[in-house]
Amino acid sequence: MNARPNNTSDQSPTDTLHSASLVNPMDSVSSVGIITPQIFHFAEPLTLECNRTLPSFDLIIETYGTLNSDKSNAVLICHALSGSHHAAGFHSDDDKKAGWWDNMIGPNKAIDTNRFYVVCVNNIGSCFGSTGPTTINPDRIDSDQNNVNKNSLNKNNPASELQVYGPDFPLVTIKDWVKTQAMLSDRLGIDVWHAIVGGSMGGMQALQWSVDYPNRLKRCVVIASTPKLSAQNIAFNEVARQSILSDPDFKEGRYLQAGTYPRRGLILARMVGHITYLTDDAMKAKFGRDLKSGKFMYGYDVEFQVESYLRYQGERFSENFDANTYLLMTKALDYFDPTRDYPSAMATDSTESAAQLKDSITTSVESSKQSTQPALEDTVATIDESEQNRQQELSALKAAFAHTQCQYLVVSFTTDWRFAPERSQEIVDALMATGKPVSYINVDAPHGHDSFLFDIPRYMGSVRGFLTAPFISDSKSKQPAKGTNQNSQQKAGARS
Amino acid sequence: MRMDHQLAERWIAPHSHVLDLGCGNGELLAHLQQNRGVTGYGLEIDEEKINDGIAKGLSIIEQDLNDGLARFADNSFDTVVMARALQAVKSPDVLLLDMLRVAREAVITFPNFAHWQNRIHLGLKGMMPVSEALPYEWYNTPNIHLCTFKDFEQLCAQHDIHIVNRFAVSDSEKGHTSLMKALIRQAPNLLADVAIYRVTKQKPE
Repeated sequence: MNARPNNTSDQSPTDTLHSASLVNPMDSVSSVGIITPQIFHFAEPLTLECNRTLPSFDLIIETYGTLNSDKSNAVLICHALSGSHHAAGFHSDDDKKAGWWDNMIGPNKAIDTNRFYVVCVNNIGSCFGSTGPTTINPDRIDSDQNNVNKNSLNKNNPASELQVYGPDFPLVTIKDWVKTQAMLSDRLGIDVWHAIVGGSMGGMQALQWSVDYPNRLKRCVVIASTPKLSAQNIAFNEVARQSILSDPDFKEGRYLQAGTYPRRGLILARMVGHITYLTDDAMKAKFGRDLKSGKFMYGYDVEFQVESYLRYQGERFSENFDANTYLLMTKALDYFDPTRDYPSAMATDSTESAAQLKDSITTSVESSKQSTQPALEDTVATIDESEQNRQQELSALKAAFAHTQCQYLVVSFTTDWRFAPERSQEIVDALMATGKPVSYINVDAPHGHDSFLFDIPRYMGSVRGFLTAPFISDSKSKQPAKGTNQNSQQKAGARS
Repeated sequence: MRMDHQLAERWIAPHSHVLDLGCGNGELLAHLQQNRGVTGYGLEIDEEKINDGIAKGLSIIEQDLNDGLARFADNSFDTVVMARALQAVKSPDVLLLDMLRVAREAVITFPNFAHWQNRIHLGLKGMMPVSEALPYEWYNTPNIHLCTFKDFEQLCAQHDIHIVNRFAVSDSEKGHTSLMKALIRQAPNLLADVAIYRVTKQKPE
């Protein structure tokens, strides 16, 4: 979720703090070199999950490497919350800052551009060139044309800023993004992606692809992601949103028209987000309780190094990002749930097993009742409920994954507490329970959620190996074991 | 391919769904997948071996066998294989029962601690055995629950685990004469250094 265009390709966290990665753009051995983004215009109306329609839209993309003649070597990269289409390479000779995943994508790198044709799309709703809150709303051009001159408050603003979507841009979902990416695939003539790869929110898109377009990808790489956000995840997003919404300069999202900018809100939102991307240990190692001036100042200015760092990160972010986009992206995260289209299987499958579970627990409680304190029953009830929830989640995911046809690689990081390894394992368990080909690694790395942006040999090696491995057809997908029992019947039910 | 892998292969039905515990670099799984149309997963904990398996196109899951098999539903596999890992887990008895919960059949191989060389090491030299099948020193061995064929069969009897097949092989003396092979069959607990068992919870019809 933290695909900052900033300090992403550095090796060591200590030298990433206040410096962009310095790479020689001319180093053709390791870099895709200078890249020019392309814009694709889609003139047809796009109906979104929220039932609103965009009359047309643009997607800005970058591509690296060469598409082969049978178009079988295409790899799609999905970006995270604050990411963009600029995943690798540089924009000019003077550009000192490589794309956000430059350590992953390039000649001889894990996603090898000598071998693969790599495409990275900026999603709609973002603020880096695809249609979003900062692009012109075609509906406003006509209606606002007459108002521009009358509106004395905004006389210093260019007309284009008055005509942007701003808060009128519809709330888009991961599913909507995947739909636009599929439309782009059609335009590029790519029927089947060799692989679709994403970290964090990008991993959600990869996962959604495999559910929505099962025959259009062969491999799916889901890194530092989750099958859906937890209440705690949503809570953090809500704090970020409230920071922006409560900034007096937000002006109900029409800050561009009002000539203001909710900078403080955006900084706060980023600060709270940033804390969740790091870890207690990493912060301790980087900053400890170090003071900038070496002594207490008894005031509210920056005193501790960690405060300085957070404010710096927030400020830099606020200069490159749009507040409406941030709001919308966090909502897309909150809404993500690939099981939403599969409600029926969930109801039947899980109620059954949950009921059985309850029976067995009740029996065991009954049998030991004489010697039990009343507190135990409460404990059992809690365990009962959480186990029921777990089973329900698993059945729902199984139903969603039942029709997938690709091979999966799921990667988590031991210190990631935003999307903890357990969340990745939920994906893995559901895939295994439906007999789908999946590999899983849990990489020991100190950088928390941010780890997915670091050059960790084991992690890079797994992605490289997975992308170049022979494809083992899913047609041999699991047959339920012959000894029929309740579980194998459930599986067959979920698949049909 | 290792001899115990070759034997394991015999007992795994074509197109069955297999779970390989401690699958290493996926050698056995790859062979079964390519030659017998088998599907399934390998569990492994060694980082390099996991990546080797992934690069072969296999489904490898990073998991410590000591964490058990709770993530797998009852009877979700036809066969569960465990080659030379039983002696290295914390609770071999619990794991064995769990294996027969997730699969109808289990194929298990382990080094025989009662092999004559080990007996000489311990009985005459008075030192912990070090051999080809058990190449570690006592202080660095991962093999914390070594057992003999007799020990294993006793455990099976205690838990109503039915032994379908048993095969004893000798790793250290490849290319045996037929006499030697016959002798191993007569006294496996003394002469064979690796055992391969095929076990099930249900009695065969």
